[in-house]
Amino acid sequence: MSTIRILASDGLPAFLSFLSQKHQRVLVPVVKSANKRSVIFEPWRAGMPVVLEKATVPPKEAVLPQCETLLTYKKSKNQEDLGDITVSLDDTPEALSTAIFACRPCDARGFRVLDRPFLNGLFPDPYYKARRESLTVFTITCSSGCNTCFCHWVGGGPSSPEGSDVLMTKIEEALMLQAISPAGEALLKDCDLPDGRDIFPRAEAARKAAWASLAPAPDLKQAPQKIAALFGNDDFWQSQTSGCLSCGACTYLCPACYCFNITDEGDGFGVHGGRRLRSWDNCMSSLFTHEASGHNPRMLKTPRMRNRVSHKFSTYPENWGTFSCNGCGRCISNCPVSLDIRAIVLAALDNAG
Amino acid sequence: MATKKTKNARAAEPLPKNAVRNCSDRPMPSGNPYKPAVATVTEVIHETAAIKTLRVVLDDPAVMAAFHYEPGQVGQLSVFGVGESTFVINSPPSQKKYLQFSVMQAGEVTAAIHRLTTGDKVGVRAPLGNFFPWRDWRGKNIFFVGGGIGIAPLRVIMLHLLERMADYGKISLLYGARSPRDMAYSYEIEGWLHNHDLDCTLCIDAPFEGWRHKVGLIPNVLLNLAPDPTNCIAVLCGPPIMIKFTLQALEKLGFLPENIVTTLEKRMKCGIGICGRCNIGGRYICIDGPVFTLKQLQALPQEL
Ligand SMILES: Cc1cc2nc3c(=O)[nH]c(=O)nc-3n(C[C@H](O)[C@H](O)[C@H](O)COP(=O)(O)OP(=O)(O)OC[C@H]3O[C@@H](n4cnc5c(N)ncnc54)[C@H](O)[C@@H]3O)c2cc1C
Ligand code: SF4
Ligand code: SF4
Ligand code: FES
Repeated sequence: MSTIRILASDGLPAFLSFLSQKHQRVLVPVVKSANKRSVIFEPWRAGMPVVLEKATVPPKEAVLPQCETLLTYKKSKNQEDLGDITVSLDDTPEALSTAIFACRPCDARGFRVLDRPFLNGLFPDPYYKARRESLTVFTITCSSGCNTCFCHWVGGGPSSPEGSDVLMTKIEEALMLQAISPAGEALLKDCDLPDGRDIFPRAEAARKAAWASLAPAPDLKQAPQKIAALFGNDDFWQSQTSGCLSCGACTYLCPACYCFNITDEGDGFGVHGGRRLRSWDNCMSSLFTHEASGHNPRMLKTPRMRNRVSHKFSTYPENWGTFSCNGCGRCISNCPVSLDIRAIVLAALDNAG
Repeated sequence: MATKKTKNARAAEPLPKNAVRNCSDRPMPSGNPYKPAVATVTEVIHETAAIKTLRVVLDDPAVMAAFHYEPGQVGQLSVFGVGESTFVINSPPSQKKYLQFSVMQAGEVTAAIHRLTTGDKVGVRAPLGNFFPWRDWRGKNIFFVGGGIGIAPLRVIMLHLLERMADYGKISLLYGARSPRDMAYSYEIEGWLHNHDLDCTLCIDAPFEGWRHKVGLIPNVLLNLAPDPTNCIAVLCGPPIMIKFTLQALEKLGFLPENIVTTLEKRMKCGIGICGRCNIGGRYICIDGPVFTLKQLQALPQEL
């Protein structure tokens, strides 16, 4: 049996402090009260109040920052001959070893979705790799789903261990910590929390109860083929897209979206040089595929929605054998016009064609 | 980016079922695929009002000496401070002194490339993408059809085949441009016309004083030339509208979809199959392409 520890609620600061000694940063969910209350992950500092809630924004930034430097380029002129310029490049990845404390199973599975294209493709991504290899994921299992959750439709569930190093389950005021990966195992062995094997059956019962609280999941096995077959059915996609504002909230808040842009900033002269940046991009914007000639294969929002849904439920599965949606529901709860990706997938399954 | 290696695609997870990832054994950059090699512009040729050709040499002599690519592979050329864009390496691989790119001015990066002069520094990430399956074409006749800047990818594969004439049947080229002034490589064309190994036809859209060659749109000129589709591979590159009508002409002439080869263009960023913008369905032009047969394209969602 894997290592099991018990963390009493008053022991949390000490445990986070222990994690801080092992990692350069520990990301924890905290409340942000802007005009709408939200929960986001922030680097932990002593005294910071941690909330064990599902975050509004997933912790994807830990491996794929919203904006990062891929390269700094520094140009220098030869003072003897000002036309003679040399360029030097620095491509050291910005990678802090990170622990994520208390993300949800759907968030942890999000890292697995990103891992395939970033690590297992034709070209492994060295920046992602550096961060991913120094990432430890502590996931807290959910006690119930909310009305936008559908993790169990897409291969996950309220206690899915996929993508996690340690799986935590709340039992009354304490947390049971269960090692999942070798890294999680090593950390739990190393910490001074008491053994929790005797409460494991209670955690198991809580996880079962969470599963039992979910409505039965529809069978999505046919989704990849059905959605691919609907490609040319413009009426279908138009009817599913009509309300969309192309704002992109659905992509920015998704733990499994990973499109990015690359842009240069600064001419490269001067002490700091210039930077080649990578930043999150948004396939729901018409500029995403706009070519220099003016041609744009996805000028309208309908083919863009088709592409987003197809990527998650048809083409990513075709390439990697699993959906690139973890059913976290964020794109549903944050869409200003309440578009529901579940409804689109179900409509595709129902479609006779 | 350092020396090149040949690598098998996707060892880690199973290949997708309807893989068109042909040419999976390809030269690829090693090391950080986002890091360009710094290179120096050694020559700029004014081809037309809109097209310039750049010859660049990678600054590290060892990397330059080991640089190896297949005809049809592309490079991400960058002007530091402006950005990167994709261009085919159009010098034949046998030519080891420089890498040649021909760039049509379109937007920001291409405008900056047009401002470059000899001695300027650029970045090169290459070789990327798949390539023309020229080894599979041995023993066949090859008919090239190029329009506008589409002549750039054709130049490299055509010169490559002409160096291996003994392995191929008849090689023909139909090159069309709007007017004689829009023809790139004008300084080479005389040589192509007189090359006994090449059957070269030129055409322009509308009559022009002193023009001794054909007048008409490429698909129509092609229908008149009526190449025999038997044992023949048709390779076409050009703007989307030309591709569309030339494909129709080739099908009319009896060319089978598996014997029609073309290159696709999509907006690109990473060039290595991750950033997610150059896809057609589950395929990415930057790694599964840019070279496809019509048969492969017909199996994909129609989103060009
Ligand atoms: C496989 C391939 C081979 C190509 N070979 C050549 C060639 O040999 N010669 C040539 O003149 N052109 C070629 N192109 C087209 C060339 O890449 C675009 O014209 C160029 O990227 C436009 O960049 P821009 O910055 O001037 O335009 P902007 O409109 O300012 O574009 C901004 C950015 O969008 C991207 N982008 C826009 N349009 C395209 C496009 N059509 N293709 C790819 N990326 C685009 C680029 O990243 C560019 O930096 C090729 C394109 C592809 C995909
Ligand atoms: S969040 Fe809703 S409105 Fe905004 S792009 Fe996504 S689907 Fe469209
Ligand atoms: S598509 Fe929506 S439900 Fe699925 S993982 Fe992304 S945000 Fe969550
Ligand atoms: S250019 Fe990034 S995936 Fe093709």
